Amino acid sequence: MARYGLRTVALVYLLFLLVLPVGLICWTTFQDGIAPVIESLTTPSALHAFKVTAQVAVLTVIANTVFGVGTAVLLVRHEFRGRRVLNMLVDLPLAVSPVVVGLALVLVYGRFAPFGGWLADLGIDVIFSLPGMVLATIFVCLPLVVRAVTPVLEEIGIEQEQAAWTLGSKPWQTFRRVTLPAIRWALAYGMVLTLARALGEYGAVAVVSGRIKDQTQTLTLFVEERFQNFDQQAAYAAAFAMAVIAVLTLLTITLLRPREDER
Amino acid sequence: MIRATNVSKNFGTFAALRDVSVDIPTGALTALLGPSGGGKSTLLRIIAGLETPDSGTIEIGGEDSTKLSPQRRNVGFVFQHYAAFKHMTVFGNVAFGLEIRKRPKAQIKARVDELLELVHLEQFAHRYPAQLSGGQRQRMALARALAVEPKVLLLDEPFGALDAQVRKELRSWLRRLHDEVHVTTVFVTHDQEEAMEVADEIVVMAGGEVQQVGSPDDLYERPSSEFVMSFLGPTTRVGGALVRPHDVDLLPDPAPGTVAATVQRVVRLGFEVRVDLLVDDEPTWAQITRDQARRLAARPGDRVFLRAGTADIAREVAV
Repeated sequence: MARYGLRTVALVYLLFLLVLPVGLICWTTFQDGIAPVIESLTTPSALHAFKVTAQVAVLTVIANTVFGVGTAVLLVRHEFRGRRVLNMLVDLPLAVSPVVVGLALVLVYGRFAPFGGWLADLGIDVIFSLPGMVLATIFVCLPLVVRAVTPVLEEIGIEQEQAAWTLGSKPWQTFRRVTLPAIRWALAYGMVLTLARALGEYGAVAVVSGRIKDQTQTLTLFVEERFQNFDQQAAYAAAFAMAVIAVLTLLTITLLRPREDER
Repeated sequence: MIRATNVSKNFGTFAALRDVSVDIPTGALTALLGPSGGGKSTLLRIIAGLETPDSGTIEIGGEDSTKLSPQRRNVGFVFQHYAAFKHMTVFGNVAFGLEIRKRPKAQIKARVDELLELVHLEQFAHRYPAQLSGGQRQRMALARALAVEPKVLLLDEPFGALDAQVRKELRSWLRRLHDEVHVTTVFVTHDQEEAMEVADEIVVMAGGEVQQVGSPDDLYERPSSEFVMSFLGPTTRVGGALVRPHDVDLLPDPAPGTVAATVQRVVRLGFEVRVDLLVDDEPTWAQITRDQARRLAARPGDRVFLRAGTADIAREVAV
């Protein structure tokens, strides 16, 4: 009896929190058929928002893959002063609100900050343009690849790498031919998580982008802006598109997970 | 020849090696034998370049290798837990070193096939390590290390992770393999039986120092310390001297040079018989044959007379 009670609670909880809102988005989106959905998703503003989101997400995934694998190797394979501090700093973005991240970036890279001003003199605008948005998203997604890869690196140990060294394999060759294949599923998992997080990021990007329509508007900002302007059709259509992307990423994660366990 | 000169290594406050100097002969199969924490694995890893000594030098084949990276030392290394490349087939594992050296494909194939035959894994070329037994994985690891024709083959507790039966098979197999391949081989073990059976030369290490170097016979017959003697086989004390239990004679009647003892227990262990004794309230024991036991016909509580037989070793050791 208790079992069914628990199940009911869980299902009702999920129903009100997840199924109902997402279901309603679908329903509202397709209320008037598929034509208006396609129409509102193919307006220049919507297409531009897709493009900006894709740019930010792809650059973030690339940067955090390189940084994440590098940091994980550093944390697991090397002993150095400040290792514990680095280990802690990696998790910082989880604890800090994205809005604060955005504000902090403005303080450093804004036109009227010393460093930002110097960059602006060189013709590089960070805040209110793509570089700032990518920076903000990178910061927010920082721990994801590191935390996916670190435990696997620890588990496989260093002996395979040492065996490769004694067989004449240089550090980079060893990384590419031994370490990377051993962590590939964990890395893929971390990358997909990063992608999902980057696509959905709102707070930090909202601050540093300046929300300039058709210039620095990502999909999340587009949804919010359309909603504020009573263009519910576009808002729901874009929200639906994001939900679809989220479900696809979730599916990928689910497919990657058991393979990771197989090792 | 591998020559370690005044090698020291500390891990924090723990001294793993204290000023170790030892020569390992070319072409021989040498065992580094000792209790765990005695420094033998550390020495092996320093020879391979996987650890750097705090001081001292390593020469391999007359060349000072102390500062060479492991990649350039041309040593083969076999790990206790195989260190198999899990995402590669058996073929891929063995071919790894040759591919790194950019050998032509046909040559790699020929060499790998030859090695797989040597380690009896020719039918397993396309399997992955996860599909092999422990013994097969270790033979694969050995083939992988031999593929690059190393000057020296180093094995760190190579049979330590295997069960007793496979262990015994593999060690006699390693002996035969060495007789075929003749590469200078050093293996680490804490099992004296394994060292005695397989090695031409044994280096006994304990407490980060070399205790004695010699052939298995040398060490057994002429141990340089009580530690070496007790590490290489069973020992017991008779009147303060350390002796081998099978060198203890038990007589029914007193004779010159004997001491009186009281029988505590007689245990038959197949071929041999173990007799637990008390000499002046000090426990000791003797290992005798079944024949001797029958002649003695001793029972618990009986009085017998004990002579520490070929007592040369004991006297030497007692110094």
